[in-house]
Amino acid sequence: MHKKSLAELARDLKAKKVSSEELTRAFLERIERFNPKLNAFISVLKDSALAEARASDKRIAAGQGGPLEGLPIVHKDIFCTEGVRTTCGSKMLDNFVSPYDATVVERLKKAGTVLLGKANMDEFAMGSSNETSFYGPVKNPWDETRVPGGSSGGSAAIVAARLAPAATATDTGGSIRQPAALVGATGIKPTYGRVSRYGIVAFASSLDQAGIITYSAEDAAMIMRVMAGHDERDSTSVDKPVPDYVAGLGESVKGLRIGVPKEFFDKGLDAKVAAAVQDAIGVYKKLGATVQEASLPNFWLSVPTYYVVAPAECSSNLARFDGVRYGHRCTDPMDLTDLYMRSRGEGFGAEVKRRIMTGTYVLSAGYYDAYYLKAQKTRSLIRQDFLEAFKQVDVIMGPTAPGTAFKLGEKTDDPITMYLNDIYANGVNLAGLPGLSIPAGFVDGLPVGLQIIGNYFDEGRMLAAAHQYQRETDWHLRLPKNYEN
Amino acid sequence: MSLTPDDVKAIARLARLAIAEQDIPAYAKNLSSILEFVAQLEKADTASVQPMAHPLVGLTQPMREDAAVAQVDRDRYQQNAPQVEAGLYLVPKVVE
Repeated sequence: MHKKSLAELARDLKAKKVSSEELTRAFLERIERFNPKLNAFISVLKDSALAEARASDKRIAAGQGGPLEGLPIVHKDIFCTEGVRTTCGSKMLDNFVSPYDATVVERLKKAGTVLLGKANMDEFAMGSSNETSFYGPVKNPWDETRVPGGSSGGSAAIVAARLAPAATATDTGGSIRQPAALVGATGIKPTYGRVSRYGIVAFASSLDQAGIITYSAEDAAMIMRVMAGHDERDSTSVDKPVPDYVAGLGESVKGLRIGVPKEFFDKGLDAKVAAAVQDAIGVYKKLGATVQEASLPNFWLSVPTYYVVAPAECSSNLARFDGVRYGHRCTDPMDLTDLYMRSRGEGFGAEVKRRIMTGTYVLSAGYYDAYYLKAQKTRSLIRQDFLEAFKQVDVIMGPTAPGTAFKLGEKTDDPITMYLNDIYANGVNLAGLPGLSIPAGFVDGLPVGLQIIGNYFDEGRMLAAAHQYQRETDWHLRLPKNYEN
Repeated sequence: MSLTPDDVKAIARLARLAIAEQDIPAYAKNLSSILEFVAQLEKADTASVQPMAHPLVGLTQPMREDAAVAQVDRDRYQQNAPQVEAGLYLVPKVVE
């Protein structure tokens, strides 16, 4: 059962070949068996999941139910879930039980999904390796001495090890695409504003976007159809009709104009990864797509721009964690300043503190123009490059990450090396564009991702392109050997 | 841009973050390397470039009626509070 895609499981449920309770039990059993090795969950919701599954079975028997009725899923622990602990991977929120559901959670619940648990993640989504979580690092199911990527590493490892058929995720600078690539899963970060951010713990509000990690593009399309759409509770949510992504999957890639930025294939990219990505692009050529060189001359600015904009916004967003209304509070504070300083000092981990301090510095009097204003200008240049490229091509393709999954602890002492792991991802967030990563082969037994970057609100075309590739290849169907049975 | 331990202390205070004394040298080193890294932005010619104000430039924001809507009640929110009394959040005395 765990080898089937979400689409196949949906068909089985509809045909009454399996009940939601059986399905839920099967995945809960796998979670019990494998999670101790992977540490991919922060909370496992066994009792409520079984109750939800039984309720779902009743709806199915009565011929009712939503488009994802009875399907078990997992939410990244950054999504607020009513009555369930929502920690965001931080000691700060270790005791936080959300009084409401995020819009994404609400929509997926209404569609009939069963919540198996909450996925481990980098603290406040800050990290590229899942090593900054207060609950310990997540392991990569392909090699447990390696990282699954971050910050949605828990969601990615869960899907790769088939502990759930799908897991929600968020992407501020690559946090859906990079872990999807490092574990061999499919991950989509929609256009900024396509999916509501209401009820998602905010990191950098102009970059954060919710999406999904699944086995396949078809499964991602099924979930995107439910997740996407306007939400009046999020003022940056866009009021635009949501296409039927599933119906559009059959669209041929014949004549699709693919741009491959020459800047992506520079010295920072592992040669074997580059070869695998070129092979994947070759598959599109065979299917009738046209491939041409594209140029993103300001690509080199994306990581430094990101590391001004994201910390600036995080220093502001994380000011709400002050030990007063919710979250960790220190014991016996002397005065209000002491309460703030010690509660925050004890509640946040090192990477979060680093980013808050970077943000505080770049926004402080005397440095604002040199750093923050300058970065908002370079951000315009990065966006402009993409707009120019999209005059010539329909999608941009390249690597998702510069290498395969690295060893746990390998980059933890060097923030810059860690930050550079999102070099191909950051620009997409800065521009607000949609991006998708699909499994595109293996290098030394570790998965490689192909990144597809689309124009604004062009998720349908990207999902169709990914689906057409997955009809030709079987990379997305491979399972890590210790998790096959 | 190199930050001294005193700079780190000042920034931490601005950010209301208590940092252990023994961790300050490591933060000074890391933050300095981050600032040095982002200083590359100086090399970009942005003389005639408008700063980006929103990821979806040119898209008008949807508006809604300025009407009261149902919210989660205060008691439920305050279940997460470290210390409350009579519906109020308690903090150390601010005014003598």
